[in-house]
Amino acid sequence: MSVEAREARQPWILLAPALSAVTLLLFVPLLFILVYSFWLRTATGADQPGFFLDNWREALTDPFYRDILLSTLRIAAITTAVCALMGYPTAYFIARSRGDKLLMVLLLMLPFWISYIIRTMSWINILGASGAANAALMALGVVSEPVNMLYNEAAVILGLTHYLLPFMILNVFVSLEGIDANVEAAANSLGATRWQSFLEVTLPLSLPGLAAGGLLCFVLGAGTYITPLILGGPRDAMFANLVFEAIITQLNWPLGSALSLMLLLVLGALVAIYNRYLGMTQLMKGLG
Amino acid sequence: MSSVLLKNIVKRFGDFTAVHKTTLDIPDGAFVTLLGPSGCGKTTTLRMIAGLLDPTEGDIVIGGRRVNDIPIHKRNLGVVFQNYALFPHKSVAENVAFGLRYRDVPKADIPRRVQAALELVQLPDLGARRPRELSGGQQQRVALARAIVIEPDVLLLDEPLSALDANLREDMRVELKRIQERIGVTTVFVTHDQSEALAMSDRIVVMSAGRVEQVGAPEQVYNAPASEFVANFLGASNIVPCMCTRRGPEGATLEAPALGAIAVPAARAPKLREGPAKLVLRAEKLQLLPEGAPCDGRITAPAVVETVDYQGQTVRYFVRIGERQFQAINLIEERPFAVGARVVAAFRPQDCAGLPGT
Repeated sequence: MSVEAREARQPWILLAPALSAVTLLLFVPLLFILVYSFWLRTATGADQPGFFLDNWREALTDPFYRDILLSTLRIAAITTAVCALMGYPTAYFIARSRGDKLLMVLLLMLPFWISYIIRTMSWINILGASGAANAALMALGVVSEPVNMLYNEAAVILGLTHYLLPFMILNVFVSLEGIDANVEAAANSLGATRWQSFLEVTLPLSLPGLAAGGLLCFVLGAGTYITPLILGGPRDAMFANLVFEAIITQLNWPLGSALSLMLLLVLGALVAIYNRYLGMTQLMKGLG
Repeated sequence: MSSVLLKNIVKRFGDFTAVHKTTLDIPDGAFVTLLGPSGCGKTTTLRMIAGLLDPTEGDIVIGGRRVNDIPIHKRNLGVVFQNYALFPHKSVAENVAFGLRYRDVPKADIPRRVQAALELVQLPDLGARRPRELSGGQQQRVALARAIVIEPDVLLLDEPLSALDANLREDMRVELKRIQERIGVTTVFVTHDQSEALAMSDRIVVMSAGRVEQVGAPEQVYNAPASEFVANFLGASNIVPCMCTRRGPEGATLEAPALGAIAVPAARAPKLREGPAKLVLRAEKLQLLPEGAPCDGRITAPAVVETVDYQGQTVRYFVRIGERQFQAINLIEERPFAVGARVVAAFRPQDCAGLPGT
């Protein structure tokens, strides 16, 4: 074999383990889901193979699914905005701190050592009728009866923010770290106050990180089903809960498949738009 | 334009003192270089003048006004950073216009002044480009244009040439000096490169470990170093322990082993007293001659070549004279001496300097 041919094969040999894992564990099952979505669930409860558009018609036209999709996107958008508002100052503080940045980033990652479900359930102990917040309010005499703080949309957004905030902070932190500190100093030396140089120099230069963090928060937020399940009320279901409901509760795999692909397509379109304008490299930087 | 006065400034970071009590007077329109190795406090000093760092003690006076409590954005200084610090998301013209937008410059005048600044740095046609599309040398010029377009009271340059490659660095050195002379702005230049300092400055401030070692004109610092550190930092010097046997108004006589009596002029031995001393003999001033060559009044000593470091136009020899090894940097005429050659080392006493010490 020639040297060229050997060198041309080398990347494929190195990629083979990862590629086969992704193909076998992601693309093949996804294909199954795609095929399933065109099957039909009959009245007897058996799935009839074939090419039926009934599930897709139901998923795309039923206002019930449309409303929940819209409210899912709205909750994800609000969560992303809250994460950006809370995460940016935090990331800025870490990036500009003279202390041990590595330690601060490590502390940021600390919650990931605890299961997301446990972290979500911990809010019940804080916001529940006999939780810490109500106990404090009653002890202080602010209220005489426990306030209902759980099982509504605000609680879902709170739980999602708790889960997603580190992703936002890390992405913004990485992009702020990439900005030469002298650039801000240069703006100051030219007559801009600290606030002006932040608005005109630092903020625009960190936008790619903010966008990457925003994309991650939005996609992860829109795809969640644990948070609304634990912290939401019966009317706070998000789209992934519908998929769960269809597949696990009703055992209607064809409809569940169509619904899950629908969410995948909507979120995939968002990622494609992001990639078109900002590219994936920034996201990779944030994750790495 | 303004003078700069540093009055007893001290900068401490925790327990570490970056700049010990320093007083420095930089006259209006002067080109003053802070020269020293990394960690000597030169950049810290510059950043204190700029307002990027606050002095722990002492006053900073610019144009007769104490500026300690005036924030950087109100000091009207032009700063050029080592890595240029251009705004990557703005065009070259927008970079240069940045400072003008924060001043009372009529909007209609901005493009004209930006263009004039770009012409001054010889980049008249690149206003629409982005910084990353420019070479290092061009980015450097844009950074300079951005700093001078605001007509600063003082221009502060923090190792502006060190990121350029060697040829470009020498061109930019000439260019920078030309622009500075043309606009006549008081300039503080920070570098660790002695040839930059010698070529460009009206005055050099040599710093070491947070202290000023010597302040003087380039010739003065080069010819009459005030300390062993200065003698070695600006070029290579041979430092020879000796005795000062006589000190008079016209000079001093130094007795060095194997070299005999050397009469050093007073200007080159200002601090010398009778007693233990050090002779400073620059490597470029120690000439090797073939045995028996005429030495027209110079001081001579027999020497043996131990190492030959060939550098094309010049050669650096390490030779043994008596008990000591000396360095000699000579122009090559015909062919350099070989290792082991017996030669005569010759120098003029008026080229030597004397330092007190043991």
